[in-house]
Amino acid sequence: MLRKLFIGTALATSFAFSAHAADVKEVQMLHWWTSGGEAAALNVLKQDLAKEGYAWKDVPVAGGGGDAAMTALKAMVAAGNYPTASQMLGYTVLDYAAAGVMGDLTETAKKEGWDKSVPAALQKFSVYDGKWVAAPVNVHSVNWLWINKAVMDKIGGTEPKTFDDFVALLDKAKAAGVIPLALGGQNWQEATMFDSVVLSTGGPEFYKKAMNDLDEESLKSDTMKKSFDNLAKLVTYVDPNFSGRDWNLATAMVIKGDALVQVMGDWAKGEFHAANKTPGTDFLCYRFPGTDGSVIYNSDMFGMFNVPDDRKAAQVALATATLSKSFQSAFNVVKGSVPARTDVPDTDFDACGKKGIADLKKANEGGTLFGSLAQGYGAPPAVANAYKDVVSKFVHGQIKTSDEAVTELVKAIDDAK
Amino acid sequence: MSTVAETQIKLTPEHDARPGATVRSRLQDLLPKIVLAPSFAATVVFVYGFILWTIYLSFTNSKTFPSYDITGARAYQRLWRWTFESDPPSSWYTSITNMGIFGFLYILICLALGLFLAILLDQKIRGEGVLRPIYLYPMALSFIVTGVAWKWFLDPGLGLEQTLHQWGWTSFHFDWIKNKDFVIYTVVIAGVWQASGFIMAMFLAGLRGIDGEIMKAAQIDGASTFQLYRRIVIPLLRPVFLSAFIVLAHLAIKSYDLVVALTSGGPGGSAWLPSNFMYEFTFKRNEMAVGSASAVIMLMTLTAIIVPYLYSELREKPR
Repeated sequence: MLRKLFIGTALATSFAFSAHAADVKEVQMLHWWTSGGEAAALNVLKQDLAKEGYAWKDVPVAGGGGDAAMTALKAMVAAGNYPTASQMLGYTVLDYAAAGVMGDLTETAKKEGWDKSVPAALQKFSVYDGKWVAAPVNVHSVNWLWINKAVMDKIGGTEPKTFDDFVALLDKAKAAGVIPLALGGQNWQEATMFDSVVLSTGGPEFYKKAMNDLDEESLKSDTMKKSFDNLAKLVTYVDPNFSGRDWNLATAMVIKGDALVQVMGDWAKGEFHAANKTPGTDFLCYRFPGTDGSVIYNSDMFGMFNVPDDRKAAQVALATATLSKSFQSAFNVVKGSVPARTDVPDTDFDACGKKGIADLKKANEGGTLFGSLAQGYGAPPAVANAYKDVVSKFVHGQIKTSDEAVTELVKAIDDAK
Repeated sequence: MSTVAETQIKLTPEHDARPGATVRSRLQDLLPKIVLAPSFAATVVFVYGFILWTIYLSFTNSKTFPSYDITGARAYQRLWRWTFESDPPSSWYTSITNMGIFGFLYILICLALGLFLAILLDQKIRGEGVLRPIYLYPMALSFIVTGVAWKWFLDPGLGLEQTLHQWGWTSFHFDWIKNKDFVIYTVVIAGVWQASGFIMAMFLAGLRGIDGEIMKAAQIDGASTFQLYRRIVIPLLRPVFLSAFIVLAHLAIKSYDLVVALTSGGPGGSAWLPSNFMYEFTFKRNEMAVGSASAVIMLMTLTAIIVPYLYSELREKPR
């Protein structure tokens, strides 16, 4: 039925696209990695492919950001004009796979041993119905604290091990006249921080049940209420002007020393690097207090489309190059994330990267690697956004108590399922 | 146009005797239709066709991709339920109440301010040629530019508040853009700033079209300036009010980009308009059916306001 639509629209648009039909020796790639560091990281892949004789062609997307790219992808797929691959996130891969437009990389996966080297939690999104449909590029993790070392030394703080330690540390910063917590008041940032708070408050078992399995008992439990109370406590440490701030501006506050700490995914490290700061001497990276040993992840993937047979060779080359150890290392050193396979040597990574790789390996083996609900790896977009709504309304006062918050959360998630 | 075509048709029998001329006159008959056909077809497909398609989708269970199985009015039921969820406000409740506040204030203030500025400019003052474009130019900016500029201006840490604090007025406090209850009014401020100059230009054109003799006659009869405007000028400007209202109403209902650029949705989504709701649900949350249903409701609401108004305004015309 979806096919019917595709064919219909394809007829209408095939004329427009046939003028530049895909070259066999060409990799057509839809992505939104256009900023300096990301573009540089992607260049590594372009060069790897060029060595094998494949030309790289960016699919142009008007307007940056993932939303515009996803809208463009929808139109391309509807027109039957598949790119070789597209940057995709979590459930989007599964949606497209369910629509039957994704390719099959199982052979390549077998040959390269992806089943063993890629963490099982990631395979939930890159394997559909027993078939490999996407190549994971990296693993980001969101339960990090990013701390300005100079400020930390000034207030005489040490690494917080528990949530109470963390609150005590924030109090110290407040007493010293620094903004304790740098937060951008946009719903995804608030929810990303709340992911960590839930893991810290309830522990790994609870996080999995509530945020990945969406178990109703857990969602309305006292532990969840406690999590909301803890979030409310953290929000008392932000500056009054936080609402609507972009995440990189919040990171800049920590870099400049205006604020002590930001709770953010490891892409924040890119901002520190861009400002020529080194981990250990200028800034510190700790796991969110009480979450050491667990990793809340999200991951960028290259979804592979069901291209005609003559373009399959280019696709296989792209997938192989993407998951090669050399690219995984080179790309993730620049991007701030860690490799999507656990057998990549960590020699080129900085201290934070080394810790990230070790943590990922440990979490993968111990079964404490969980998808981030805020980043769309815990549940489908409808649920994830309903969750972000509730957290954001709680932070900004439309929802007033933690009792009300859990009731609303259960209702919203139920509604979106 | 139809009258032209009819007269041509009446003429054709006379030319029947000469075959060469028939082809030519036939072509002449058809030419306007041929020329108009592409734009007509485009409008039918891209406007009315897609309206019907959207209505159809709103009754399906479409998620990420359009689906064609009619599954009933579940999307509407959800919207209906959300309409009454005011504590804590559902996103839909926030969107429609914001639309009410924004639409009402935006149209009213733009009309009032536009008329006021036009009347002032119409006092035969010096330098009108310089002043008029100054008021008009904000309209030349896109909503994105307006949004970003006002975002910086209204940001307590960057703009007005910060500047006044530096000048020594430290008790000054203006954080509407960060306040969930007031953020929608900042959208009104930015919107009015952009559009009122254009409305002024419309009223100015209307004022220039009023016959000076009527004004003189009224003045001779002893009408005060206020009475002159109240009883004569403003009633004569009625067609301009109609045009201005239509322009403003459609700007109000489609101002999606202004909200995004100015507030990125506001604290906890408190600045959403129905257009934001529609985009968010259709493209970000993969709930295409709900997004379509909200679009249909927007269309219905707009129709319910514009159609009776157009009817009452245009009814007297056909003569």
